[in-house]
Amino acid sequence: MQVEKFYYDNKTVKWFAYAVMVWGLVGMLAGLWIAVEMYYPPLSMGFAPTTFGRMRPVHTNAVIFAFVGNGIFMGIYYSLQRLCKARMFNDTLSKIHFWGWQLIILAAALTLWAGCTSGKEYAELEWPIDIAIALVWVLFGINMFGTIIKRRESHIYVAIWFYIATWVTVAMLHIVNSMELPISILKSYSLYAGVQDALVQWWYGHNAVAFFLTTPYLGMMYYFLPKAANRPVYSYRLSIVHFWALIFIYIWAGPHHLLYTALPDWAQSLGTVFSIMLIAPSWGGMLNGLFTLRGAWDKVREEPVLKFLVVAVTCYGMATFEGPMLSLKNVNAISHFTDWTIAHVHIGALGWNGFMTFGVLYFLIPKLWNTELYSKKLATTHFWLGTIGIILYAVPLYWAGFTQAMMWKSFTEEGQLKFQFLETVTHILPMYIARSIGGLIYIAGAVVMTYNLIKTIGQGSFIGDEAAEAAPFPKEIVPHSNEYWHRWIERRPMQMLVFSLIAVAIGGAIEIIPTFLVKSNIPTISSVKPYTPLELHGRDVYIREGCYLCHSQMVRPFRDEVARYGEYSKAGEFVYDHPFQWGSKRTGPDLARLGAKYPDSWHFNHMQDPQSMSPGSIMPSYPWLYENDINAFQTPKMIWAMRTLGVPYPVGYESQCNKDAETQANEIAARLKADKLEVKPSREIVALIAYLQRLGKDIKSAPKETKKVEGDAAVPGN
Amino acid sequence: MSVIIVLLFASISVAAIFLAAFLWGVKNKQFDDSFSPPYRILFDDKPVNEEVTK
Repeated sequence: MQVEKFYYDNKTVKWFAYAVMVWGLVGMLAGLWIAVEMYYPPLSMGFAPTTFGRMRPVHTNAVIFAFVGNGIFMGIYYSLQRLCKARMFNDTLSKIHFWGWQLIILAAALTLWAGCTSGKEYAELEWPIDIAIALVWVLFGINMFGTIIKRRESHIYVAIWFYIATWVTVAMLHIVNSMELPISILKSYSLYAGVQDALVQWWYGHNAVAFFLTTPYLGMMYYFLPKAANRPVYSYRLSIVHFWALIFIYIWAGPHHLLYTALPDWAQSLGTVFSIMLIAPSWGGMLNGLFTLRGAWDKVREEPVLKFLVVAVTCYGMATFEGPMLSLKNVNAISHFTDWTIAHVHIGALGWNGFMTFGVLYFLIPKLWNTELYSKKLATTHFWLGTIGIILYAVPLYWAGFTQAMMWKSFTEEGQLKFQFLETVTHILPMYIARSIGGLIYIAGAVVMTYNLIKTIGQGSFIGDEAAEAAPFPKEIVPHSNEYWHRWIERRPMQMLVFSLIAVAIGGAIEIIPTFLVKSNIPTISSVKPYTPLELHGRDVYIREGCYLCHSQMVRPFRDEVARYGEYSKAGEFVYDHPFQWGSKRTGPDLARLGAKYPDSWHFNHMQDPQSMSPGSIMPSYPWLYENDINAFQTPKMIWAMRTLGVPYPVGYESQCNKDAETQANEIAARLKADKLEVKPSREIVALIAYLQRLGKDIKSAPKETKKVEGDAAVPGN
Repeated sequence: MSVIIVLLFASISVAAIFLAAFLWGVKNKQFDDSFSPPYRILFDDKPVNEEVTK
């Protein structure tokens, strides 16, 4: 058979590798920044973009979509060509993909710093960027599937299956979770409300971890680990079982992020069951990776690439064991809302994704530049810095999380809460300090790597188009090569029926879903009313400043939470919340029942100087809220958007809303004035106070009978 | 909780795509040979005969 000669495209791989190195450092430094802010709040410098609430989405988006995202593309563009024995489908597409993705990252960083956020964790980006992501993702898909179609090797290696699953699922997740109604170029509201929004968000959140941080990296593991060790994967059959089992189970585990919340119980149980089942394929994959090195552990001693990959796979195993454990309700009751979760995700992020990326970089760069690694010794130094960094990062946080949960739940013999919330925060500050040192050491390792790789690049010569040859694709395997695909369907009436049903279902769903979502927003608690226009503005400020990143709005039905915060949260309270603001972490106390707990003046002083109201607090100050006015021009649009989404504002309320907002603002300003605090009623702080004073108030004014039905007899002092 | 229907629809469609891919893989004899693929990836496709320059 005649062999064909062709060239692998290494240039795109090179660009993605550069992007990984740059964005990796940026993302990690942003992480270090917010880690220090947690015990040294003055670091925010009274400047909005550097506060925790805005830097935290910058950090998560940078490490997930910039560092790991570019890592995925680097790994796929390198390995897919070699597994398919074909150059990437189209060089122009590769170029657009690369630059498009970097522009998205840049736009993401700028808008997040500016406070443009949809308020949904890991999906904070506003709608124009969401659309750009979808477009670039489609181009990437065309490039990938084009390469697979023109492959010269008929067998599709397991890594490619992982890449395909990544593409398909991320596309679907992104579209479903990004459904939002724009009111301006950089502001939109989630189509879903309250419980429904929470469910969609964490279905997305969980599957983003599964199909953005896990499956592409598993594909890379199945390619780069055997390549680096120069031995075949331990069991190819197991790798295939790993893949199919994993993708069929993963999609159903999302609700485990919402245990003990207002989500229906059966959905919570479903999430837990599938989470437990996930241990089997995950550990199958981990063992498959580690067993690949059987009889080759001496190589691990010598080869830095393997060191990184081994720790990465081990961390994958740890995180995928811990994950199902955290999905058990009784464990989750302790871990949720604490730093335990942060420790858990960093085992995955620093260990699995970080170390896998480092290993692949150490493998790729010398290959692309046709040279040896500049210094194995430096790489080993990086390995130890990274490993110690991970341990020093995670252990204090596990400790902090467990300690804080235990303190939250402690009662005195008289049945009183033993600790003020603030005491449980100040108690774990030493852990936060240790954690930031761990992070610093990890970053130091990454800097050492960057130096090492730059030196390696300097001593080599880059091969932009790597020559290769392979036999052409065996013809006989393609059965319908000379007829169009629809001919194949047309001759099969049953398949035809199925395909047209799917097409109709998609069309129907697009039409029906919005209407019945709106209908289901009819409140089940009659005293729950829509937000006033001023409160809506305040809510936008709350979302913009990322308050939900440190404060939950979800009182779980536990004795300590009810005693500390008030009546536990009901699903019916959130029907007007576009987006929901339940949060996932309690660095500060829950705010679901904050309304009317303190006077307006308390909030006024607290937002300006939190330490003056609660000494020892680690909350930053928000001085710009006292200088900026709310955008009254936008109020009618907000009302219109909310009504479109099903919030029952009367028709024509747009013309009245600003007047109502002014009246309410004047009332608040008058109350503040009575406490000798001067403020213009148009300031953002006034709107924010209006919103904070509203939180959880509706249910307090509920008629007695409703309370009787839903109240908890075991709750003391209720 | 009608949004569950949206999520079920999305999840089941994706699962259906995967199922179709799986059935295609089986029909296409993708999973029949579990011996040679893991070895094959270990070999680079460097041209054997001549030096290629570009």
